[in-house]
Amino acid sequence: MPLLRQGRAVADIWTHVEGEGELPTDDVAVTVDAARWSADRDRLIARSGPLGVRLANNDPVDLLAEDLGQLALIVLHFPKFSDGRAYSQARRLRRLGFAGELRATGNVLQDQLLLMTRVGFDGFVMAAPDAERRYEAALAAYDHFYQPRRIVAA
Amino acid sequence: MTGQIVTANRLTDGVVVFLTPAAGWSDAVAEAALFDTASAAEGLAKGQADVARHIVVGAYLVDAEPGPAGPVPVEFRERIRARGPTVGVRGAFDVPAAFDAPAEV
Amino acid sequence: MYRYDDFDRAFLEERVAQFRDQVARRLAGDLNEDEFKPLRLMNGLYLQLHAYMLRIAIPYGTLSSLQMRRLAEVAQRWDRGYGHFTTRQNIQLNWIRLEDAPDIIAALAEVDMHGIQTSGNCIRNVTADQYAGVAADEIEDPRIWAEILRQWSTNHPEFSFLPRKFKIAVTGAELDRAAIRVHDIGLRMCRAPDGSTGFEVVVGGGLGRTPLIGKTIRDFLPKDDLLGYLEAVMRVYNALGRRDNLYKARVKILVHDIGAERMAAMVDEEFQAIQAEGGVALDPVLVARIQDHFAPPAYAPAPEGPPEVLALERADPAFARWRATNTAAHREPGYVIVNLSLKPHGRPPGDATSGEMRAVADMADRWSLGEIRVAHEQNLVLPHVRQADLPDLWRAAAAIGFATPNIGHLTDIIACPGMDYCALATARSIPIAERLADRFKNLDRLHDIGPFRINISGCINACGHHHVGHVGLLGVDKNGEEFYQITLGGSAEEDTAIGRIVGPAVSSADVVDAIERLVETYVDIREAGETFLETCRRVGNAPFKESIYAAA
Repeated sequence: MPLLRQGRAVADIWTHVEGEGELPTDDVAVTVDAARWSADRDRLIARSGPLGVRLANNDPVDLLAEDLGQLALIVLHFPKFSDGRAYSQARRLRRLGFAGELRATGNVLQDQLLLMTRVGFDGFVMAAPDAERRYEAALAAYDHFYQPRRIVAA
Repeated sequence: MTGQIVTANRLTDGVVVFLTPAAGWSDAVAEAALFDTASAAEGLAKGQADVARHIVVGAYLVDAEPGPAGPVPVEFRERIRARGPTVGVRGAFDVPAAFDAPAEV
Repeated sequence: MYRYDDFDRAFLEERVAQFRDQVARRLAGDLNEDEFKPLRLMNGLYLQLHAYMLRIAIPYGTLSSLQMRRLAEVAQRWDRGYGHFTTRQNIQLNWIRLEDAPDIIAALAEVDMHGIQTSGNCIRNVTADQYAGVAADEIEDPRIWAEILRQWSTNHPEFSFLPRKFKIAVTGAELDRAAIRVHDIGLRMCRAPDGSTGFEVVVGGGLGRTPLIGKTIRDFLPKDDLLGYLEAVMRVYNALGRRDNLYKARVKILVHDIGAERMAAMVDEEFQAIQAEGGVALDPVLVARIQDHFAPPAYAPAPEGPPEVLALERADPAFARWRATNTAAHREPGYVIVNLSLKPHGRPPGDATSGEMRAVADMADRWSLGEIRVAHEQNLVLPHVRQADLPDLWRAAAAIGFATPNIGHLTDIIACPGMDYCALATARSIPIAERLADRFKNLDRLHDIGPFRINISGCINACGHHHVGHVGLLGVDKNGEEFYQITLGGSAEEDTAIGRIVGPAVSSADVVDAIERLVETYVDIREAGETFLETCRRVGNAPFKESIYAAA
């Protein structure tokens, strides 16, 4: 499945460790889920490689509030495109100051990409093989936004 | 004897349509193929194949009885769906023939 | 009224182009129905019982004569020559072809109209008091804020996939004409002790399967804080609203489950965080421009109570009755608000043909500064009428059958489309409304009965707001037969109340007789000057129950 960064399909350098699974060598970039992060936080931070956390869409983002500086990637999940909880998670994480990659996974479809971009997502895992073309089309669809540029002072 | 017909909405215009014996679609319920219990699943499969081919939307089975002019849906809702609203707007379009619904005396 | 500027138009053009592309992808088979459905719904396009149905927004119920003419044209060219005005200040066209939908959307965009967010799990078309800006009892025109909310909520990146639909209503006066307590968020303009204006914020009202009256979570919210505060409400709801059960996904269930106090506390906490990052600051230039749009028109001086009108009133009781029933007090001396009844006896409530829409547009141009309002009671309103023009206007309205003097009376029935049109309905609504209107068509009797509101819903989703009708009828299916459950004592106004179920549902054949017996009981037992609702509250359901179930 293509991973898009800045609209381009790129290789995923991250190793996504499931649950209690074995961690790779220290220099490898890894993501873990929220439970593993809570349990193994200190050990994970002590590694030399980049760190990321995968949040379920009902995990409170405050869980990571103190650690955002340690994280290079946060993965948020859309179990269905119509389940929009991760939009608010993204918004809150950006407000808390998270500056790393915010990646959308799950049911990520063309017509939702622009909304995702606007709440702070900048990484997208899409099932569609022609993800680059879809991304381009989605972002070209609108030039005019009521939030934040129009009704809300930028 | 009650059988079943396959209905859906045509993708392009939304019109209510019925699967015909020739495996096409007609907007006249009287032209619908009436399936018995044994063959209903097969009829529905044909309908769903046309859903997958983006010809119709939401194919499903409806109980129907044979009538003098062809199948007639059993449920009131499905009869309205097949024949149009029971009410009209003056001058807007032809009001369908009277329904066998309770009328005020 | 608000006029689109270049920004609004450019946005709408982008939306039209996007929708055209989405329809093309659907017709080409690139999108399946599951993927396409939420996209078409975001533009108000449903697949209903008979065909595609297009729901067009009439934001806060304000419509220009130009827009009304375009609606007439669209209905005639691409539909069957009529439309249905709904309880949410929308109009629905019932016979739309998907292939035509992009052209229709484009034709509407030319007059600043659309179907955006008239469906889907997003913030829906914001509704308001139909007398906004002209009512004598108003604190401030609520449409300024409804328009700000329209812009803020349009294509909102965070709130387009909420747990469920979300409805906001705004009213500008103490007297609630927007049914704010049965909305997800209800806003009532009010005044603080220091004289500044703001909003009482009510959250968690709604009808449907679980009717609940909204709770006030903020007594007074300064206007400048409106967007930040609503963003906080939406964010709390988006995170915590239930998504496991369609019927429990509305914010009313969240508020009910956690309590209004906890809801208020969570919203407040989020609001503080929003404020800490600078708040949701409105562009003051833009707000000023919106305010200008809603500035009262320059009314030409007009005499209060012109002698020719008073003379006609004495000479013609029909005119006198119409004036008393179908007009309302205007803030400007010499002017009056006129209600056009879309409940001519024997017609589906809220329906208008293309010809009638054009006639109303003409009437608006001639007598109402080109402006029309749509009321949630499914009537039309001409908001700027000189009293001296009433006789001519009355005759013109009568000529198209829109002068039935029944506003607020028994035959001013609110009804959803019911099973004649709606895929969700379990029974028909319109035929019951028509039969009731026929039974009570005698105007002397209608006026003797007095203020009386009957609301009919064809299913539990309650689009006909039956819970808040003085008499509510809910159509149910009993073994393939249509039955109607009767509720009594509901109200959608400032004394909002959910009607109580009287007893077993009544058959379609019996329901009109049952209502008539109920009405007769009321007439028998009422005290002088007492309305049906007042009597109902005084004596309870018992005497009415007896009459409803009395052998015919």
